Amino acid sequence: MDLKTIQSELGLLVQCAAERLGTVVTGGYVGDLLSDVMANSAKGQVWVTRQVHQNIVAVATLKELSGIIIVQGAMPDKDTVAKAENEGLPILTTGLSAYEVVGRIYRLLASS
Amino acid sequence: MSSEDAFGGSYTVRGRDFIDAGLVSSQIKKLLKDRGIPEDVVRKVAVVTFEAEVNIISYAEIGTINFYVDHKAVTIEAMDKGQGIPNIDLALQEGYSTADDTIRDMGFGAGMGLPNIKKFSDEFEIVSIVGKGTTLKSVIRTVDK
Repeated sequence: MDLKTIQSELGLLVQCAAERLGTVVTGGYVGDLLSDVMANSAKGQVWVTRQVHQNIVAVATLKELSGIIIVQGAMPDKDTVAKAENEGLPILTTGLSAYEVVGRIYRLLASS
Repeated sequence: MSSEDAFGGSYTVRGRDFIDAGLVSSQIKKLLKDRGIPEDVVRKVAVVTFEAEVNIISYAEIGTINFYVDHKAVTIEAMDKGQGIPNIDLALQEGYSTADDTIRDMGFGAGMGLPNIKKFSDEFEIVSIVGKGTTLKSVIRTVDK
């Protein structure tokens, strides 16, 4: 399943790198501790977080994640968006909670 | 890889420069990928260099990250001038951290940095002198054995 499908199913807002929404999502990881995500996420996963600082772009790029979903109505910093756009890393936002986002993505991926 | 193919690099990391956190690790990762180093090795190196970079930024005034690749391993050395670590055994315990709120607000300081470096290394050494700085060495093998 690609990020575009997840974006439209959950009504996520695209903040940058819209041209990369065709990236295949292999699974997901949720967390706000960057070292946890660094150690335990895997290539192709979508990362669900409440962090908005530009260091999330460095982590997602290093781990080759498919994109970042920022939850709970939080908005990425301007620098975060600029950096992600530059790296071709989609950042999506939503007012939904991490619990809701992860539950719905899990169901989508399980049924695909 | 023959000995003529050995390569490496050296990078300066400035303390408190959280904006650029990940820059050095990204550059090293790209170099290794371009040279055809196996993906699982590159992934381990990325974790080790990122955590070493964040540690220097969080706790030191300035530091250097060196990497060297030969026919059997990637060796990473991170050296800094900084406050040093009073108790290395504690610092290696997952969850132990002396990070302040600024660091924690950015999602760092969870006490996973050094444990991650150790976990993703095949060989790991660390030496620290309080008030002087810390030096760590991580070896990640590219071949079995």
